[in-house]
Amino acid sequence: MQSFKRFLPLAAFLLLVVLLVRGLSLDPTELPSARLGDSLPDFNLPVLGESVSRQAEDWQGEPALINVWATWCFSCRVEHPYLLELAQKGVTIYGLNYKDDPEKALVWLDDLGNPYTETVVDKDGLFGLDLGVYGAPETYVIDASGVVRHRHVGVVNEQVWNEQLARYFEAEPTAGGSD
Amino acid sequence: MVRLLLSMMIFWSAQSLAVIETYEFSSPDLEMRYKALSQELRCPKCQNQNIADSNAPISRDLRAIVHQQLEAGATDKEIIEFLVDRYGEFVRYRPGVDSNTLWLWSAPIILLIMAVAVVVTQIRKDRDRQTISSNAERANRLREKFDGDPS
Repeated sequence: MQSFKRFLPLAAFLLLVVLLVRGLSLDPTELPSARLGDSLPDFNLPVLGESVSRQAEDWQGEPALINVWATWCFSCRVEHPYLLELAQKGVTIYGLNYKDDPEKALVWLDDLGNPYTETVVDKDGLFGLDLGVYGAPETYVIDASGVVRHRHVGVVNEQVWNEQLARYFEAEPTAGGSD
Repeated sequence: MVRLLLSMMIFWSAQSLAVIETYEFSSPDLEMRYKALSQELRCPKCQNQNIADSNAPISRDLRAIVHQQLEAGATDKEIIEFLVDRYGEFVRYRPGVDSNTLWLWSAPIILLIMAVAVVVTQIRKDRDRQTISSNAERANRLREKFDGDPS
């Protein structure tokens, strides 16, 4: 009993070390989407530059990225070239033009290139709200049945793709892996 | 004069920090609930602010939602559930009890139990020590009495 007591401070110290080390490796800014594992919320939004609209079911059938972007968002410009690269690899990317001016959005795509299979316009951010978007850029992964599998907040680059997103596309022969 | 100017500047700068928009409420009760809710809801973008204090666009949207739903007759619980569905437990400064927050909620009780346990064992130990020492004292006294007595 006495010898056990002697080691009590050491044990407490080690416990503290474990907790603090864990605390260091946690990222408090990383918020898992509340929608993970749920189907994409219903929406009915116009396609940018066209007079048709899309529902959630239209985006089913294959895994895809949904990229939330806007022309007022500086980081979106940063990630844009990489999105083009991904699109070239054959990754399906749907755009969600979030609280933006559709005119400006069209000009943006014309100037910088269009990585999106199609872009829907969420002018007042209501679908964004349903999805749990809190800023741009944000990128969601949906699987073939339209279920939200992952959310990444911030710029998508090669590292993010390799570490977080590529695994959802590995069944696709055209995507995944490096080239 | 300088002092007056400085204090005025401080006053104005504080004003410019205040949140921009104001909402009209159909009843003072709704306004009270709006204030309480917007203090209790956390801005998802700027992590250590509530939506009442935050200037982030998302906070403005959330305030608009809270206002709109309050006027539509939603209860506080419904509004919080609506937002938790979309943004997760994170948006609440008073999170509900789930597997993640179980330790958070039970910590005060566990700490209280531990504190009581420590106090009780200390008191017991003290009492034992007192009885031991008083026993020892008595023994000493008796010994002195008998040893010191030459008879």
